[in-house]
Amino acid sequence: MLQYSDKVMEQFRSMKNAGRIENADGIGKVGNPVCGDVMWIYIKVDENEVITDCKFETFGCVAAIATSSLATELVKGKKIDEAMTITNKRIVDLLGGLPKEKFHCSVLAEEGIKKAIEDYKQKKSKK
Amino acid sequence: MKKIIYLDNNATTRIDKRVLQSMLPYLEEYYANPSGIYYFAQEVKKEIEKAREKVAKFLNATPFEIIFTSGGTESDNFAIKGIAFANREKGKHIITSSIEHHAVLNTLKYLEKQGFEITFLPVDKYGIVDIDALKESIRKDTILISIMYANNEIGTIEPIKEIGEIARNNNVYFHTDAVQAAGKIKIDVKELNVDLLSISGHKFYGPKGIGALFIRKGVKIEPVLHGGHHERNQRAGTENVAGIIGLGRACEIAEEDLKNTEIKNKKKKLKDKLEKGILEKIPEVIVNGHPEKRIDNTLNICIKYIEGESILIQLDFEGICASSGSACTSGSLEPSHVLLALGLPHEIAHGSLRFSLSKYTEEEEIDKVLEVLPGAVQKLRNLSPFWKEKKI
Ligand SMILES: Cc1ncc(COP(=O)(O)O)c(C=O)c1O
Ligand code: FES
Repeated sequence: MLQYSDKVMEQFRSMKNAGRIENADGIGKVGNPVCGDVMWIYIKVDENEVITDCKFETFGCVAAIATSSLATELVKGKKIDEAMTITNKRIVDLLGGLPKEKFHCSVLAEEGIKKAIEDYKQKKSKK
Repeated sequence: MKKIIYLDNNATTRIDKRVLQSMLPYLEEYYANPSGIYYFAQEVKKEIEKAREKVAKFLNATPFEIIFTSGGTESDNFAIKGIAFANREKGKHIITSSIEHHAVLNTLKYLEKQGFEITFLPVDKYGIVDIDALKESIRKDTILISIMYANNEIGTIEPIKEIGEIARNNNVYFHTDAVQAAGKIKIDVKELNVDLLSISGHKFYGPKGIGALFIRKGVKIEPVLHGGHHERNQRAGTENVAGIIGLGRACEIAEEDLKNTEIKNKKKKLKDKLEKGILEKIPEVIVNGHPEKRIDNTLNICIKYIEGESILIQLDFEGICASSGSACTSGSLEPSHVLLALGLPHEIAHGSLRFSLSKYTEEEEIDKVLEVLPGAVQKLRNLSPFWKEKKI
């Protein structure tokens, strides 16, 4: 079994923001071509373009769940422009590192957030 | 340390106290190198030969046919490379199954690079090797068939006797990796028609780092480890004396235990309880491996909509040790080749979980798993995007 940092285990245990947002303003559905894992990120955005709520659903490993959990925490309360700048490297750093084989899992979290924001923008422009 | 519930006995087992006791003198007092000619060394040498007799008896072989190795991996390497290199003027074709342990698979892949041709036989949905495909794949230049006795992941028992007959009728050497069979089902090399057979001590309550290869008398094989004149020039290296003594004792105990219906029934009963309990309490679970032709300590399941590593860690929080063949646990990020060979799609293989019991497993431990697992599964399913849709 791989060695995970305490912070990863903490996030995996708590699984903050796990679940679905009904009537989400943006949904980012991403999949991992490497191992077949899937992550869906839901966001709620208010009129000031601030992300008021963010949840995730993840079918994947401990690293995928921990990075989803942390990423959703990071973007909550942030403006969407700011949320767009979140990188997987930042997520990995905040988690105290990830085993090398598990780096790709963190890419999923970054992509999921970005896709959810893009989805929100698209939906808004159509309104 | 919190209480460990160890249900990963196909990975390794706890050493039997009697085995440990038998070994200790050879780590302390009787430290002579058995190659010495003085009495002190000869005494040790004698004990090694006694252990060899025990291993031979366990397999219904003669002591002459037993070579001690460093474990299952070395036995497999020795058997396969040894036969390949000794018989290459006869041919360069080797047949195996697609569900072998990596000790066999990667050895054969190495030989493939050296110019040998390898046929990897398919298996059915239970993991049983396709016998017709085997018969068809035998060629004039086939020198070896290597098919495992029992599979480590799913527990399926292969029709070794039948394969042995086919090999014999076609004049092809037959090796079986019996690492997971030893101690779990009776092994009789005469009845099985095998020419080479691998076992490993730590899989049946013996020590780690010791194993044996049965080589039928008359089989043409070359050594893999070159050096001194140990093991009748077949395997160089100063003997792992304590390990050898321990392996001998482990074989003796395993022979008794196999006849002990109380031990057998208890393990089977607990495995059945675990299997039934999981199927009752958790919906959408698939049991892998053959329903009957399966070693009775192994339960391999796929829990749909969740991933194996996440469930392993959830169990680990409660001190429960199990294993998984999911892509995320593999390091190579591919699901286990065994599960794929059964025809399971990647998403299903993702939720693989293996429990393997031992003679030491207690009913409370199984109860604890049945108490913990459904909640852990539900927790992960609640955050799986596919659970609500049931889309896999
Ligand atoms: C079927 C099988 N073959 C070979 C091995 C390798 O044995 P060892 O760990 O003694 O090298 C194992 C153990 O993982 C096994 O299960
Ligand atoms: S998501 Fe599969 S390894 Fe992390």
